[in-house]
Amino acid sequence: MKMRHFIVTIVALLVSAALATLAVPPPAGGMITGKVTYTGTPPKMKPIDMSKEPNCAKEHAASPVLTENVVTGPGNTVEWAVVYVSQGDQGSTPDTQTVKFDQKGCQYIPHVLPMQVNQPIQIVNSDPHLHNIHPLPKINAEWNKSQPPGTPPLNEKYDKPEFIPVKCNVHPWMHGWFIVLNTSHYSVTGSDGSFSIKGLPPGKYTLTAWQEQFGTQTQDVTLAGSETKTITFVFKALPY
Amino acid sequence: MGKAFAVVLIIITLISTAVFITRGVHGIDLWLPVDASAHGHGIDHQLMETMYGSGFLFVLSQLLLGLFVWQAAGRGEGWKYKTFPGGAKPMVVMAIVLVGIEILTLSFVGSKVWASVYLSPPDPKSLQVDVQAGQFAFYFRYPGADGKFGGLHADKIDEGSGNFFGLDPRNDEAARDDVVVASLVIPVNRPIFLTLHSKDVIHSFYVRELRIHQDIVPGLMIPLHFTATKTGKFEIVCSQLCGLGHYQMKAYLEVMPEDQFEQWLKQKEAEQ
Repeated sequence: MKMRHFIVTIVALLVSAALATLAVPPPAGGMITGKVTYTGTPPKMKPIDMSKEPNCAKEHAASPVLTENVVTGPGNTVEWAVVYVSQGDQGSTPDTQTVKFDQKGCQYIPHVLPMQVNQPIQIVNSDPHLHNIHPLPKINAEWNKSQPPGTPPLNEKYDKPEFIPVKCNVHPWMHGWFIVLNTSHYSVTGSDGSFSIKGLPPGKYTLTAWQEQFGTQTQDVTLAGSETKTITFVFKALPY
Repeated sequence: MGKAFAVVLIIITLISTAVFITRGVHGIDLWLPVDASAHGHGIDHQLMETMYGSGFLFVLSQLLLGLFVWQAAGRGEGWKYKTFPGGAKPMVVMAIVLVGIEILTLSFVGSKVWASVYLSPPDPKSLQVDVQAGQFAFYFRYPGADGKFGGLHADKIDEGSGNFFGLDPRNDEAARDDVVVASLVIPVNRPIFLTLHSKDVIHSFYVRELRIHQDIVPGLMIPLHFTATKTGKFEIVCSQLCGLGHYQMKAYLEVMPEDQFEQWLKQKEAEQ
């Protein structure tokens, strides 16, 4: 009788443990955080001349928008760099949440839009004039669509991982990026240059940091258990 | 019925002539826009002469047509007002000769006006500005403090970093201080020398107030010179259908007093 009780308890425990693993995502796991910085002299962030589109020129008259190909912050930090797991990825989950790409004040918001393969993108024109949105992929299919003011958002997605520059032919200064990745372990650096990638199971990972002008850098990181490791990517910057 | 038609024809002629002579309806000026260039008066003079000549002939022929319709009204088919001496052939020959003389005279006088703008050399002290047309925007380049333009490299064009012209500042010192802007800003009463080029298809540089209309052909560096005589903000438009965004291809021309221009240029040089 005692033996049967014991077995039942064990089975119940095992079942509940199995159920718990299925229902709740795996424990937080490891985390990699850090910063993307530079040494040297980066290119100047120049004010963008939007005089061609008086609406936008007026909107930004007080503080002109600056070029975003290299956006730096205090302490030599780099904004808009993408850090992602490029090798040894495990535990990635597909994301079906729609990401939004806005055209506002003749600027792409955000400048760099990371997403996963097949994740829906919604492209919105918040300006009172036409934009044409022209991403320039080399692996995925290319398209170029006009979006007059007040038209419904465009819905798109990409099925292959690629870093895709985005431009508007009518406002040539408009420039953004679609970063299509096949991992959910990615992060875009904020204005302080920091990134953090959470939920990594123990293992050996290769992390890549990409910046549109500086190129890429990789680092290997090994996580044992649910620890947090801090790494720094340092790019060499040239003024031109 | 025929007489009513003749009356309508004459009324239409008189009303349209009156509208034209009084320069428009409800404040919409149908005549030429303000002339802000030193060479424009020659072109305007030529246009007005053509307009007066063809206008006079238009009114005369419409009135004669009205008169003939009035006289032929109700007389049935086959009625003839008069027969041209010798028949139709000499009439056609005479018309060709008359129109030919008129067109040749206008072309001869006009070519002198055209040549004075396009075939004269630019003033050596001109302010030189490089103009690039591309789908679907104009960009303008000033040589900067060193007075020299950097070389152009199509492979270096990178719109995201503001390198619309394809400059190579890393290897080319002259390119470092080139001022690149999206509006053509010039001082008033100073000769301007533009070099126009296109990075993709045929565009056109059209400024009504400067009386300039010049095609920009890819592969060619097209020289153009003028002097603006009035300050103000005017529109530069592309007038060659260049693609889907053609209707949005424009830029602004700002003509400023010399001191204001110098100040503007200094500010832009500092931003580079």
